[in-house]
Amino acid sequence: MKNFSGKALFLDRSDINTDEIIPAKYLTEITKKAMGPHLLEDLKMDDFDPATDLEGISVIITKENFGCGSSREHAPWALEVNDINLVIAPSFARIFRQNMFNCGMMAVEIAEEKVNDMFSKFAGKETTVETDFDAKKFTISAGSESIELDFSISGFDESLVKAGGWVEYADSNY
Amino acid sequence: MGKTTAQKIFDTHRIDSPSDGIDVINLDAVFCHEITTPTAIVDLMERKKDRVFDPSKIKAVIDHVTPAKDSLTAEQGKVLREWADRQGIEDFFDVGRNGVCHAIFPEKGFARPGYTIIMGDSHTCTHGAFGAFAAGVGTTDLEVGILKGICAFHSPETIRINLTGKMPKGTFPKDIILHVIGNIGVNGATNHVIEFTGPVIDEMSMEGRMTVCNMAIEAGATCGICYPDMTTVEYLWPFIKNEFNSKEDALAAYKAFVADEDAVYAKDIELDISSLKPQVTYGYKPDLVKSAEKMSGEKVNQVYIGSCTNGRIEDLREAAAVLKGRKVADSLRVIVSPATPDIYKQALREGLVEIFMEAGCCLTNPTCGACLGMSNGVLADGEICVSTTNRNFNGRMGKGGMVHLASPATAAATAVTGTITTADQL
Ligand code: SF4
Repeated sequence: MKNFSGKALFLDRSDINTDEIIPAKYLTEITKKAMGPHLLEDLKMDDFDPATDLEGISVIITKENFGCGSSREHAPWALEVNDINLVIAPSFARIFRQNMFNCGMMAVEIAEEKVNDMFSKFAGKETTVETDFDAKKFTISAGSESIELDFSISGFDESLVKAGGWVEYADSNY
Repeated sequence: MGKTTAQKIFDTHRIDSPSDGIDVINLDAVFCHEITTPTAIVDLMERKKDRVFDPSKIKAVIDHVTPAKDSLTAEQGKVLREWADRQGIEDFFDVGRNGVCHAIFPEKGFARPGYTIIMGDSHTCTHGAFGAFAAGVGTTDLEVGILKGICAFHSPETIRINLTGKMPKGTFPKDIILHVIGNIGVNGATNHVIEFTGPVIDEMSMEGRMTVCNMAIEAGATCGICYPDMTTVEYLWPFIKNEFNSKEDALAAYKAFVADEDAVYAKDIELDISSLKPQVTYGYKPDLVKSAEKMSGEKVNQVYIGSCTNGRIEDLREAAAVLKGRKVADSLRVIVSPATPDIYKQALREGLVEIFMEAGCCLTNPTCGACLGMSNGVLADGEICVSTTNRNFNGRMGKGGMVHLASPATAAATAVTGTITTADQL
């Protein structure tokens, strides 16, 4: 199973698309690793600089419809090779969401008001997310402040995460 | 309760339902090309799973950029070529024997009624023309397909589009599918299968059905399906004649994949096409469609005739019929790309190549070429192309270029005048 805990990055925007996650011009690359330096390169947002702000990040917390646009699987890969295996948002584009679980990563939906709550409590602070996968619980904390959040994923998605993705799951189960 | 074609195919291929609404099915074929497969191959190698489930069920071709135009595309071809060799994949089509995937694979008999097929390519839906379930997938699904011969799908829901009336003279399958997409919109069939039915499809050739199913994805559909009938059997006969005693036997077997009369559809749409006119797209989305007459007079810089939508022999005949004895206007250039070597040879035999060259067209080798803006006719900024391909997204055929999708006949008529023109306006 991959690592789902660590330092969090808050991206305060909805509809972040796959072109912003990994620009189309890198689709001719043959390896996942080649995506690494280009993660979120085209995301233009105040107070966000991909060159420095991604340092040491393991979790992204963002607004609705993350991963919309083209169905390219390069988007989860760009996250994966940067050791970011967990994205939390109120909603995701369907294909992006499934691509994440297919790669053994997690795209977890949390109700909008709870996500907004996280933004108001933690955005801008040095925040960590601790994931208890068996209990399906996140602990989000910064300094002395800390909250717990339950989450749920489907049984199939859970098996994919446990196996480390669809390739591993399929190879050992069928 | 009756079943749709996709449900019948799933019933014969399901091996597991790991979660509500998810079916894992086994695959009859996995198709591969050099743009999306190398990533899957390299990842499988890194996972130490460089295997294939059955080399005889994997078909591979170099088609998107061929012959290679630079080091990157050469590398993609090399990864695919070496893998095919290493894994004993016999149906691998290299430079000189290669053509556009969705044209060459059906031509070799690789798509059959009742088959399940995946490929890392969105226009895999083309093969539904044979009564197969054929879907484009992402890299991880492709990897699992290659490795295990299986794929997971949401249990398919189907929209039926019943095409009634008679095709008016001067219109073609491309006009029909553009009209359908204009009607239901780019999200009209998202995550659904479309069954194309009715007298219009019954009378259509396999080439025409492939053109129609090819663009099902442009309405968001996972797959476009036509029921197998005698036309399907006749097309496939050279490949199946040892499996069946007679064409009637083959037809009887394939009928198992025709939807039941009481099948349940998410939507049932009827379109009478009796008064259809040649269609053309006018924006950056394939559902922005209008009658070509309404666009007539608009200046065009390039005409492109080819691709997995309209690079087959019927398409070349349709274009050549318009260009015969005529000349391409001085103000534009025309590129014709027969989709496979066999189509190219047939076009030579029928004198179509002569017609194109006399008219002043450039003929390219079989390849995707300019369709995806990577080679053989990329547009410059601000240029306009009337194209028989399937996608008019901003920059699809070159940065800053505009694409109007049309039938081969409309493309050829436009070639003659240099402005958007239908064949009967000439
Ligand atoms: S011809 Fe165009 S649409 Fe068809 S497979 Fe090639 S690039 Fe894709």
